[in-house]
Amino acid sequence: MASEAPALIGSSGDSLREAFGKALSGLADEFPKLVVLDADIAGGTGVHHFRKSHPERFLQFGIAEQNMMAAAGGLAAVGLLPVVTTFAVFCLRAVEQARLSLAYCKRNAMIVASHPGLDVGPDGGSAQALEDIAAFRAIPGMTVISPADPIETALATRAILEFDGPVYMRTGRSPARRVFGDDHTFEIGKGRIVRGGNDVTIVACGVEVARAVEAAQVLAEDGIHARVVNMATIKPIDAVLLERCAKETGAIVTAEDHNILGGLGGAVAESLALTYPCPIEFVGVKDVFGASGEPEELAVMFGLGSKSIAEAARRAIARKGRM
Amino acid sequence: MAFAPKAVITSRREAAPPPARDLEQEIALAARFVRQHVIASIYHAGSGHPGGSLSCADILATLFGAELNTWPGSPHDPMRDRFVLSKGHAAPALYAVGAHHGYCDKLASLKLRKFGSPFQGHPHIGDLPWVETSTGSLGQGFSVALGMAMGLKLQNSSARVYALLGDGELQEGEVWEGAMCAAHHKLDNFCAIIDYNKLQSDARNDEIMRLEPLAAKWRAFDWAVAEIDGHDVSALLKTFRRAGATHDRPSVIIAHTVKGKGVPYMENMPAWHGSVKLTREQADDALTALGATHKEIREYLDGV
Repeated sequence: MASEAPALIGSSGDSLREAFGKALSGLADEFPKLVVLDADIAGGTGVHHFRKSHPERFLQFGIAEQNMMAAAGGLAAVGLLPVVTTFAVFCLRAVEQARLSLAYCKRNAMIVASHPGLDVGPDGGSAQALEDIAAFRAIPGMTVISPADPIETALATRAILEFDGPVYMRTGRSPARRVFGDDHTFEIGKGRIVRGGNDVTIVACGVEVARAVEAAQVLAEDGIHARVVNMATIKPIDAVLLERCAKETGAIVTAEDHNILGGLGGAVAESLALTYPCPIEFVGVKDVFGASGEPEELAVMFGLGSKSIAEAARRAIARKGRM
Repeated sequence: MAFAPKAVITSRREAAPPPARDLEQEIALAARFVRQHVIASIYHAGSGHPGGSLSCADILATLFGAELNTWPGSPHDPMRDRFVLSKGHAAPALYAVGAHHGYCDKLASLKLRKFGSPFQGHPHIGDLPWVETSTGSLGQGFSVALGMAMGLKLQNSSARVYALLGDGELQEGEVWEGAMCAAHHKLDNFCAIIDYNKLQSDARNDEIMRLEPLAAKWRAFDWAVAEIDGHDVSALLKTFRRAGATHDRPSVIIAHTVKGKGVPYMENMPAWHGSVKLTREQADDALTALGATHKEIREYLDGV
């Protein structure tokens, strides 16, 4: 479908959370069963737009995420379409509620988490969720999405409301770069080639997609043609596209604003191990906690920047034929 | 708060007649069936929680026998009341009361905890559509139930929601998150029942983590509180009726019960809380104490 985002996005820094909040508000009339759950953090998650536009469907749970997460199961059980909103790190304290009361019951309940990863910035290590993709990915039946830019976030917001089954979706706190044009489309479960190339494939999600494109530009100056794949759906992973990229480019780099354990990199490696094993390099936070700083400073410090991605690509290429 | 067209439905509870004597007898008989079925299914399973299943038998029998507007033939009717067994480990009692009222088969539900059986150790909606939500992790059923109550109110439904909690379950912080939330949102279509048998997995509540003053805690959270004998069917009926007529506040019924009620050697013994294996002799003794005839005992223990 064509994006409705251009009309919505762009007034306040183009963060993914704002794109989500505006898109949700815009979709409310089309989805009359939609209710939005908040734990006193609407200004942070972007759903302050919804609170203003549809106050009768905005449900306040106070600072109590476990109760909120499980209550979403009850709301879904009586025919409503609940969207649970909080920070990614606070979703972690309600993982078990999402597991039992949402996923095990196969509820149509959506969890949308803002403030994932080092993108949180100044709030520091306590607030930077680097484990959420791993935790939610391991729950049977849970779909996991991390859109790359504001346009895609708006499209993904519609897609999850139309989806059958529980979804965990990351947004983002900081101003995000535009990766896609207004004609972008989005489909849950499909990766997309953002930039062509046959020497190596960089598979990225979230804020790392823009950095991966930047890395590919740097590599191109040295005559290395890197393909970039936006893997916005981490679960179920697009195994067909991964296999094709592995066959055609012979080396893979994954890039995510998440621990290198259990996230996108893990999902890609698990998939390729079964279809077309090849050298894989992992760009992500290397099993440590974050720290305060601006997102771009942190990206450099923790090895998530475009330079780190380009270096990983060179390493992956060098390993070709040595497996 | 509502966004659906307002339905014009008068409260059936305020208009309903006082409970008849034969209804109480019917419920007492159902409770006896529940207890016998619990013993038999746990005997066949070789594991399960008899203590907390026996303590809530009268509460379940009263709910399913008189209070809940639910129909076994239409488990998805949007107008139905909802019951959530938040203390999911009392699943044998839920299956038993379900079997008594035609939600499931009496014989099939004796295959508790067995490979391939839908009657899992804790209730699962994926296996049994009449189970309103899967439970087994304490605190969650309560939150799910209040979410149902909130959603029904939003849609102007007159259906009510009931959640049965264990006393040890109240040690979960999530319960108090929910208690605050239900009162804040004035969920007067929501009724929680606490099976207050004073014992939990390892020992008495008092030794593990004190709950008292329990009624005062709920009052402080702005709930309408009733404290009754959870084995007194007449009191249960009256208290449910009063809860149904409460406005602007959720209701909690603190039901004082005896763990293992009806089986003398189990009563008030923490050892019978946890997942236990019953010997043939123990099962026989329990069923005898619960008024089963020799023929019934043979059917329960040998007929599966």
